[in-house]
Amino acid sequence: MPNRSETLAKAATLRAVFEAQGAVVVEPPILQPAETLLDLYGEDIRARAYVTSDALRGEQMLRPDYTVPVVQMHMAHGAEPARYTYAGEVFRRQERDLARANEFIQVGYEVFDRTDPAAADAEVFALISQALSGLGVKPVTGDIGILMAAVEGLETTQKRKDALMRHIWRPRRFRALLDRFSGKTAVPASRAALLAGDLHNDAPMIGLRSAQEIDDRIEALRADAAAPAISGEQVSLIAALLETREVMPNALSRLYDLAVDLPAISGAVDRVAARSDALAARGIDTATLVFDAGYGRVSMEYYDGFVFGFRADTRPDLPAVASGGRYDALTRRLGQGGEIPAVGGVMRPGLMLELEGMQ
Amino acid sequence: MTIRLGVPSKGRLMEKTFEWFAVRGITLQRTGSDREYAGAVGGIEGVSLMLLSAGEIPRELAAGRIHLGVTGTDLIEEKLALWDQLVVPVEELQFGHADLIVAVPAAWRDVDTLDDLDAAAAAFRAKHGFRLRIATKYHRLVREFLRGAGVADYALVDSQGATEGTVKNETAEAIADITSSGETLRANHLKILSDGLILKSQATLWRSRTAEMNDTERTTLSALLSKLS
Repeated sequence: MPNRSETLAKAATLRAVFEAQGAVVVEPPILQPAETLLDLYGEDIRARAYVTSDALRGEQMLRPDYTVPVVQMHMAHGAEPARYTYAGEVFRRQERDLARANEFIQVGYEVFDRTDPAAADAEVFALISQALSGLGVKPVTGDIGILMAAVEGLETTQKRKDALMRHIWRPRRFRALLDRFSGKTAVPASRAALLAGDLHNDAPMIGLRSAQEIDDRIEALRADAAAPAISGEQVSLIAALLETREVMPNALSRLYDLAVDLPAISGAVDRVAARSDALAARGIDTATLVFDAGYGRVSMEYYDGFVFGFRADTRPDLPAVASGGRYDALTRRLGQGGEIPAVGGVMRPGLMLELEGMQ
Repeated sequence: MTIRLGVPSKGRLMEKTFEWFAVRGITLQRTGSDREYAGAVGGIEGVSLMLLSAGEIPRELAAGRIHLGVTGTDLIEEKLALWDQLVVPVEELQFGHADLIVAVPAAWRDVDTLDDLDAAAAAFRAKHGFRLRIATKYHRLVREFLRGAGVADYALVDSQGATEGTVKNETAEAIADITSSGETLRANHLKILSDGLILKSQATLWRSRTAEMNDTERTTLSALLSKLS
């Protein structure tokens, strides 16, 4: 196992690569206000980040990653376009697996640039891919934007699309909602009774959620019950989309086939094609690069376009050695009215050294 | 040295535990004054009694400071990550039954399942500008449960007692707490979600996986366990 000073030295050389690209070095504080992270991720972040507090500033979190503070900093006073790099500790609370690090060094690169998103995606991916060469790690890429476009293009009510979109990063819940909206799972008896008007109760109203809010939701449920089910054909198209896992050229032809029946994804598929060209122009062998349309759908993430990760085949026990993606929507949420296309990625120098030791 | 047995130091839980052991030929009793937490063990040699707060027993078992301990499944699972690597359940004692559940106001006739709770939470956040608050002292268990069910847009608020009153007091919109008969929930105009059972708990005798033993202690432990089974 590499020691801390070896890891820091490795981190410094990696950061220098990004500095050579003109990236500005940033060093956000380790303690981050908890509120921003809680707002973004909800209660789940408490299982992942260490929370501490004092009487003056309230709850603080030990930074679980750099992206959120870097985006905040850029949106507050960054010039455009901008490239940032950083190297330092991140902290991850672990509750299930002692073998997983709760503190490790990350080196990252974040690009805020409007001019050519495909080129920016390829730039981040190619630089990280170069830095990892010789370690025996394999990349997987994906694009959350395709699934989002597919949901937006469903022939159904906006409320259903919003509900699916809200759970796009929670695959199980997403699937359950899709089954419900397509009539595949039966309406629960309690819901049926409620809609039939059979549920009366004389319990007193307590708490902040008002009678009006209850009536509004029942109204929304009635409207939903009256709306036609999402067709089985559309549900299978989404399933086929999510099952797409092929090398890039095959994945693209499959996605173009799907776009015939799901025209809403055409724009997103064009972006995958443009990115593939930009990657090839950067010297990436796209003929062997895996594209997995379901990749990156994990909770507590913020990627809404390109996603990628690198793992060691020989060490399936290790987490991803590098990962990243595009997070345009995050800049909108943290931008107080502003927004900018943004993409970034991180590497773990400690894991890289461990793999070097095995070579 | 002796086998150290940790038992809740107060109330019904202590009395029922003493009764359970007595039926099996082991007499446990407090010694000294009523306020002193010292105890004595009869019916077997080489066992000493530690009277502890039920909430501290999981930690003592995990640290190996006691070999055996009586406490609820709820406290073991909430307080010990990877609990099954630290303690082993020996016997369920058939009392102290309680369910950890999610409950909402009975007046919410549109909310019966976790699915409903999630949808209500989304609407609540949009309307009120903050996440729907769930009062509990079982943060880890509740968070894992809700995460597994895909409930979003909620916040846990800490409540160490009188949790059923938090909704009426408007410090929470829903609760996750232990209930045995449901009486207190009903009195506070709350109802349990139909799929809101997080954990069924009862008083259980646990053995520590980490407590060290010499040969004498090992013999004592097996003698004790054979009397108890």
